[in-house]
Amino acid sequence: MKNRIKVLRAERDITQAQLADELGVSRQTINAIEKGKFDPSLPLAFKLAGLFQLSIEEVFQYEE
Amino acid sequence: MNKQSQNWKQVNKRNTANLAVWTLAWTLTMAVVSFGPKFIWGNDATLSLIAILINTAIGVGMILANKRHLNGLDELYRKVQLESMALALGVAVVGGLSYSMLDVANVISFDAEISHLVILIGLTYLVSTVIGLTRYK
Repeated sequence: MKNRIKVLRAERDITQAQLADELGVSRQTINAIEKGKFDPSLPLAFKLAGLFQLSIEEVFQYEE
Repeated sequence: MNKQSQNWKQVNKRNTANLAVWTLAWTLTMAVVSFGPKFIWGNDATLSLIAILINTAIGVGMILANKRHLNGLDELYRKVQLESMALALGVAVVGGLSYSMLDVANVISFDAEISHLVILIGLTYLVSTVIGLTRYK
């Protein structure tokens, strides 16, 4: 699953650690999601999108 | 840092410390059970039974502390732990039975000890956790 988290973070000048703190997960988890190594659960994906005030489809793109 | 994150980090820290205390207590009582008859109370079966019951009760506490610790982890760490436990369990069943059969068939000259299996499980769990964490870096 592709995502735009890195770009969205850069636009808002947020670090991985800050994002992790906001979501209540580890920085490593944010890093793994960002790199596409780990797909987040639906609740975490919704929380992430909500934090950027975007819909889930605007943050994550499913690829076969 | 927001309240949710502080809470998550604090809970995680507390669960880890809690698990460490239970594990230490279990290890110490295991040592008492193992060496007590030889160095402290001799052949008193009642004292051995009491020591074993205490060790088992603390073992139950350790299992519950481990469960609490796992539930407190974030989803990536839970995934890594799940994969490590799957490997450790597989190695325990397959490796343990193969090792036992080697003993039964007299292929090995020594007895298949349960402690060897525990070491194998521990090492498998440790190595697979390190590999899992490295993979998601």
